[in-house]
This record gives sequence, C-alpha cells and structure tokens, in this order.
Amino acid sequence: MKAGWLPKLLITPSALLVLVCVYGYIMFTTYLSFTSSTILPVLQWEGNAAYKRLFNLENWDVSLANLWVFASLYIVIAMIAGLAMAILIDQKVRLESGFRSIFLYPMALSFIVTGTAWKWLLDPGVGLEHTLHTWGWTDFSFGWIKSSEMAIYCVVIAAVWQTTGFVMAMFLAGLRGVDNEQVNAARLDGAKTWQIYLYVIVPQLGPVFISVFVILAHMAIKSYDLVIALTNGGPGRSTWLPSVFMYQYTFTRNEMAVGAASSVLMLLGISVVVLPYLYSELRKAKHA
Amino acid sequence: MHKSLTSIAARFTLYMILIVLAIAFVMPIYVMIVNSLKPLDEIRNGNLMALPIAWTIEPWQMAWSKAQIGVEATGLKPYFINSFLLVIPAVIISTLIGALNGYILTQFKFRFSEVLFASMLFSVFIPYQIVLIPMAKTLGVLGLAGTVKGLIFVNSVYGIGFTTLFFRNYYAAFPNELVRSARMDGAGFFGVLGRILLPNSAPIIVVTVIWQFTNIWNEFLFGASFSDFTSYPLTVALNNLVNSSTGVKEYNVHFAGAFIAAIPTLVVYLVSGKYFVRGLMAGSVKG
Repeated sequence: MKAGWLPKLLITPSALLVLVCVYGYIMFTTYLSFTSSTILPVLQWEGNAAYKRLFNLENWDVSLANLWVFASLYIVIAMIAGLAMAILIDQKVRLESGFRSIFLYPMALSFIVTGTAWKWLLDPGVGLEHTLHTWGWTDFSFGWIKSSEMAIYCVVIAAVWQTTGFVMAMFLAGLRGVDNEQVNAARLDGAKTWQIYLYVIVPQLGPVFISVFVILAHMAIKSYDLVIALTNGGPGRSTWLPSVFMYQYTFTRNEMAVGAASSVLMLLGISVVVLPYLYSELRKAKHA
Repeated sequence: MHKSLTSIAARFTLYMILIVLAIAFVMPIYVMIVNSLKPLDEIRNGNLMALPIAWTIEPWQMAWSKAQIGVEATGLKPYFINSFLLVIPAVIISTLIGALNGYILTQFKFRFSEVLFASMLFSVFIPYQIVLIPMAKTLGVLGLAGTVKGLIFVNSVYGIGFTTLFFRNYYAAFPNELVRSARMDGAGFFGVLGRILLPNSAPIIVVTVIWQFTNIWNEFLFGASFSDFTSYPLTVALNNLVNSSTGVKEYNVHFAGAFIAAIPTLVVYLVSGKYFVRGLMAGSVKG
C-alpha cells in the first residue's frame, strides 16, 4: 500500500535519529580527525596531520599488529571449532539440546564477566597453573597473561570460549538445511561419513562460512570490553587493540583528533568486511 | 539392525569428546561459583577447582553491599539497580520503535524506504567508537551527561537497527490476506497494527526483548563513556571492582561480583534459551 502521511510521519523520528546519531556523528567524527582537536573538539581544519601522527605512533602499530594476530586466530579457531562441534552434535546425539545449551550460554554473558573469570583462571598465581601445581604437576607453567609477548593469546582464548557456541549454532542451522538427496546418494555410493561431510556437506555451507566470517571479523575489530576486563590493555600496552587506542587517545591522553582518526580507520575496516556482505544479502532478499 | 563394535567405539568417542567440551565450557562458571563461596586463604593456598572447605557467603555480602566501588563502600547493589533502571525503559522503547518501523517498512511503500532500512541495518555494525565524541557532546547539551536517562537514550537509539530488523523480517513473512481483510473491514493504521499484527507478534516480541535485554545489560562502552559514580551500569561497576582495587586482591569477592552481574542474563537464557538463539540467528543473518 502506498504510504499516506501517517506512516511517513511516524517513521520520521527513527529516520532522523539514525540519520543524525549514526551518519551525522560519523561525519562529525571524521571531520574532527582532520582538525587539531585535543581535549575538546575544535573545528579548525588541519588537513591530515592527525593521520600522519597516528601512523608514526608506535602505540598504533602495536594496536594494529595485535588486532591482526587476535582477529586471524580468533576467526580461524572459532570457525573450525564451531564447525567441528556442529558436526559432532549433528550425529543424532542424545541430550542434543542440553549440549547445545551448554556450548551457547557464554553468549549470554557480558564480556566483563567473562574477562573477570578468565583473568583469574589464567593468572599463574591463583589460576590453572597454581591448581595443577597443587595437583602435583609442579613443573606446569602457564603465565601467558603476565607476558607481553603472549598475553594477546589469552584474549584469543577467552574470546573463542565466549563465541564458539554461537558459531556452532550457525553451522548447525546450515547443516540441517543441507540437501538430503545428495547425502543419501553419496551414502548409497558407499562414501564414508567423513567423506560425505568433506565433499558433499561442507561445500554446501559456503553462505554460512561467509556469514560467520563477517560476524566474527566485525566483532574482532569492535572488541574492547573483553580486553579491558581481561588485561586492561597490559602488560604495558601489549594487548592494546585499535578500540583501546581510540579510548586512550581521546579521553585519557587528550589527543582527540588522533582518537577520532583511529575510530575512522576502525569504521573503514568494518565497512570493507560488512558492506559487500550487506549489499549482497539485501539484493538476495529483493530477488527472492 | 546389528551394531558393529567399531560403531559402538565411535559413539563412545563422540560422547567422550562432547562431555570433555561440555566440562570446558562449564568450568569458568563453576570456578566463579565455588570460589565465590570460599574464604580468601582457601583460594591462595588451595586450588580453583576444589569445593570450599569452610563455606561462606561473606564474599557475596561484600560484593553486593560492602565493597568499595565509587566514592563510598556501597557494593554492587546501587549499580545493579542502575542497570535495571537503564535496561527496562531502553528495552521497552527500542522494542516499540522496532515494531512500528517494521510495520511501516513492510506494509507501506514510500520513497527511500529501502535506503532507510539499509541505513538502519548498517548502523548495527558500526564501531561505537566513531560516535562517542559527538554523543558525549550531545548528552552534555541535553543535560543528560552522567545520568541513567542519558544511557537510556543512547542504548535506545543504537538499538533501533536491531529491533527494526527483527520486526521487519517477521512482518515481511506475515500472511498478507489477514492485513488486507482487516483493511477491507475498515481498520486504519493503528487498527491493523493493534488488532492484527501485534496480537500475532508474541514470538518476535519475546526474541526482541530478550536480545535487547541481554545486549543492554551487558553493554560496557557507553556506560564507561557516559556515566559517573551515580549512574554506572553494573558492568562498569564490576570492572572497577576488579581492576581498580588496590592492595589485597579479593578474588572471592570478584567472582561473587562477576556472578551477580551474570545472573539476570543467565536466568533469561535458562528460561528462554530457544528465543535467545533465535535472536542470535535473526541478528546474524541479515537482509
């Protein structure tokens, strides 16, 4: 039905809020990244000075390098583990829903809660290392969280724990939608179960792989709470991510233009991953 | 059918793997619970997996009402209340807006409606760092800086994308005949929404409410950026409790605090896990 004045009027507030608070603010922050703003926003145009400064900062290099390590490991491990768990659960398991609920509950928790639990679990003084020592394995050593080289892997562990169940649920939904005829045909031809998965079923999950990748990649770039709760960026700055960098430079170090520039780069990173995906999803929906 | 020995062995291995995984997934929450019921020296001298020897609820009392978080030693209680004062209105507001938007976007044709939906959809992906500075300024101008009201506003605004997506997809699959026949009977804009769509929307309302409740309860970045001692949500207070404590680290109190912060969303998950998962799926498969 063609919209009269009433529906148009009623959707206007939402439209305006999104227009201003999302797109207007994005433009404003982008503009700030080309100014000399320090503790407060100033509108004096400075060209790309903030970006030049950003790219010369070691803290930014560290944050980017960490993001690269964190995102690639997190995405790959969560994907493989999630797919493996989905396949295991798909074997007509008894208590299937019980297992699914257990694997998925971390998604209901705040990253601050997860971070707190893992912070002490991974702490060599009270956590797993200490526990195994009291159980008699006295050479066991696991102090990654205290090491500036290894602490970023602790962030990976906690993040994987939190989201793998979700990845499993997505793959499981995909597995249940697979064309049964092909599977039965392969079985009649004498294919083994693992062969059926490898050559018949998993190749049909392409769209799920893409969805999972987009979601995990954008979550990785946005990751902030977990790092703050787990390591607070430390030891030193060894677990900084761009999100931590942005907050530090904007609100603690009073270099707002540099902070704004870093958030613009975060948005660009996410857009590169998300926009093509959204575009194709919306087109698909339209042609369906 | 006769079961071969290898297939029995395979089933056994399958269940062993699943059980080990289940233990690994439950372990952190188990550790949180047992250690929140132990005196501190049992954690230092014992191990995290052991059950308490001298059971105590003192860490819970500390975390709930005595620990130093803001200026005063109030425990997490006032912040727990803040989170509820934030979550309830924000969930109601964003859900109502989502229902209205979903209805308008599916039942009416107007220019730019698709662009509008796509813009709302993209807004759920943006890194919120990009809006922090102007939003801080806006809240200041509106006199909402450092208040729970300010957080209600922020969380409602950035929830519109999700709630609109949920309702739009639900109403897009809604049988058109019902809407058409109601219109023939003279139902107007609100008649169709109030008498046809909303009464048939229970599942998507539940999904949306659970999704928004979980997201906003667990939200940290806006809380850390826009609130102060009086208006911290629970996540920010918990983080302060754990990370800014000087001197002796009271692990048992931290675990109790973390569990207190986890209870509301865990309860929601246990009671209505099905809808929570549906929300996750609907929120992930866009379009």
